[in-house]
Amino acid sequence: MSDVSTVPRHLPAESAGRALGRRRRPAAPGSARRAWVRRLPLLPALIYMIVVTQVPFLVTIWYSFRSWNLLIPGSNHFTGLKSYREAFADPTFLTAVVNTVELTASAVIIAMLVGGGLAVLLNRKFFGRGIVRTLLITPFLVMPVAGALLWKTTIYDPIYGLLDYVLSPLGIHHVNWLGTFPKQSIVALLVWEWAPFMMLIVLAGLQSEPLEVLEAAKVDGASTVQTFTRVTVPHIQRYVQLGVLLGSIYIVQAFGEIYMMTQGGPGTATTNLPFYLYDQAFNAYNVGIAAASGVIVLIGTEIVAMFALRLAGSLLDATQARA
Amino acid sequence: MTTVPSAPGTVPGATSKPATRPARRLDIERHKLYGRSRWYGHGWSAFTWVVAIILFFPVLWMVLTAFKTEGAAYTYPPQIVFHPTFSEFTGVFSGGIGPPLEHSLFTTLVSTALVLVLALPAAYSLSVRPVKRWRDVMFFVLSTKMLPVVAAIIPIYIVARNLRLLDNDWSLVILYTAMNLPIAIWMVRSFLLEVPLEILDAAKVDGANLFTEVTRVIVPIVVPGIAATALICMIFSWNEFFFAVNLTATRAGTMPVFLVGFITTEGLYWAKLAAAASLASLPVILVGWIAQKQLVRGLSLGAVK
Repeated sequence: MSDVSTVPRHLPAESAGRALGRRRRPAAPGSARRAWVRRLPLLPALIYMIVVTQVPFLVTIWYSFRSWNLLIPGSNHFTGLKSYREAFADPTFLTAVVNTVELTASAVIIAMLVGGGLAVLLNRKFFGRGIVRTLLITPFLVMPVAGALLWKTTIYDPIYGLLDYVLSPLGIHHVNWLGTFPKQSIVALLVWEWAPFMMLIVLAGLQSEPLEVLEAAKVDGASTVQTFTRVTVPHIQRYVQLGVLLGSIYIVQAFGEIYMMTQGGPGTATTNLPFYLYDQAFNAYNVGIAAASGVIVLIGTEIVAMFALRLAGSLLDATQARA
Repeated sequence: MTTVPSAPGTVPGATSKPATRPARRLDIERHKLYGRSRWYGHGWSAFTWVVAIILFFPVLWMVLTAFKTEGAAYTYPPQIVFHPTFSEFTGVFSGGIGPPLEHSLFTTLVSTALVLVLALPAAYSLSVRPVKRWRDVMFFVLSTKMLPVVAAIIPIYIVARNLRLLDNDWSLVILYTAMNLPIAIWMVRSFLLEVPLEILDAAKVDGANLFTEVTRVIVPIVVPGIAATALICMIFSWNEFFFAVNLTATRAGTMPVFLVGFITTEGLYWAKLAAAASLASLPVILVGWIAQKQLVRGLSLGAVK
């Protein structure tokens, strides 16, 4: 029960027990036909997902053992592990791995700090709270490609950009932001986009906190800081984990921002794995290397995803227990 | 669950006045539990407003720039007060925004419809009358969302080329459906779990068959949930860039692909770019504002309400 109690419960306890008792009961045994009737509604979606999302990965594995330049007809032939050796020998690939980890980790962590702070600020009653919330979620809703284009021009421009204007009282002038600080510039944009997402999730956590508990803490003489660190933080921990997990899934695949702002440059300073793969496939037309690095990325993602799925499992139990 | 102090008078050693009368407990403003003086609170409110305006400013700036002339967009210091003009918007409309807008609308609406058609029955057999291994299925569904799409782009590109689906709306429809299906299944399932079993049992006693049960009992209850799911799917499809830029070009390019065209000319046409970017973002911003309440539930796959 202690595990469940950190989860918001919007419905009375008896319905939770009912859901567990009734809904999780497997289909009656000895009735294969009935079981198939149950499965039937699931099959179209399942088959669709397998065909569209799993088969391409299998084909990627197949291509990774071959050499094929899309522009040269007849160049498609079996080469074994050659593409893997080439991928690992390519310094750009290794840079892309490091860049992906750096960009994702810093963007997710900073976005969570900013978003969490905003959530705490919004978790109070004040004049115009609804408007402030609306303003704050808007960056997340702006089309990422449009946002990237806008930041690149109207904000980061060394001469006419807003950033230059805002920082000019500090004596900072005509800085080529994307050239001098490419990673930081990309992270700043990603944080701007994703902090609202983190804010929404943490805010949901804060608002699900039972008032009685906060009151009890106050009655017991806990200070504001104590209440926050001892009561609120443990309560929202799960929400923070969820935000970090989902944010990582999306941000690790960031492509539009890099494509629009830096094209992976200068040099390879902002080349992340998505951009590297894109570059190999559609600029170098090198199917073999692109596929091999794709497989490596796939394995890396699977390892991370295993941890993520474990967390998702606890979420699943939470939703099940709540219903 | 922590025990709640039953009445203020009986709490031992309670300082002056815990403002708790059981009947009014829910009316208590949260900030009073944290807050100190009134002015302290006003300070935080003002701070929140300032932060919100700073973070919103790039969006505002985009819209403002869209109403400028190119000359006014390029000034130092940047102009906040200027003579607004619609000329860049008309320029964008006559400059070919029509087809990308149509392609975006088509791929977004058709893929969302397909997602719902596939997700509703699937979610049903994962919640109301669950299959034996519903848990494994849920995990499989989620795991497809965690796979890096970039690693699959080559086969997808080659298959699309061989099927003559390159630069075709349908290739995006197929992929967006797969992209949003996991989100929709998780989300719709979380709504279906809220349908009271008693109602289903009652319908059965009254002789409702499966079809009646679904159309007359379940769907009316979860319509708001389905709408929320649809909105989330629309947002993701509308903004999707990776597949769009790799699989489409002139004949089926969506709005994000249309914006790529501005990279080459971005040095010269900020106002036009801002106008196009504003138009591209507007639908999702509006949808997101309307669906604020459902947004967090959708983004968290139904786990957070």
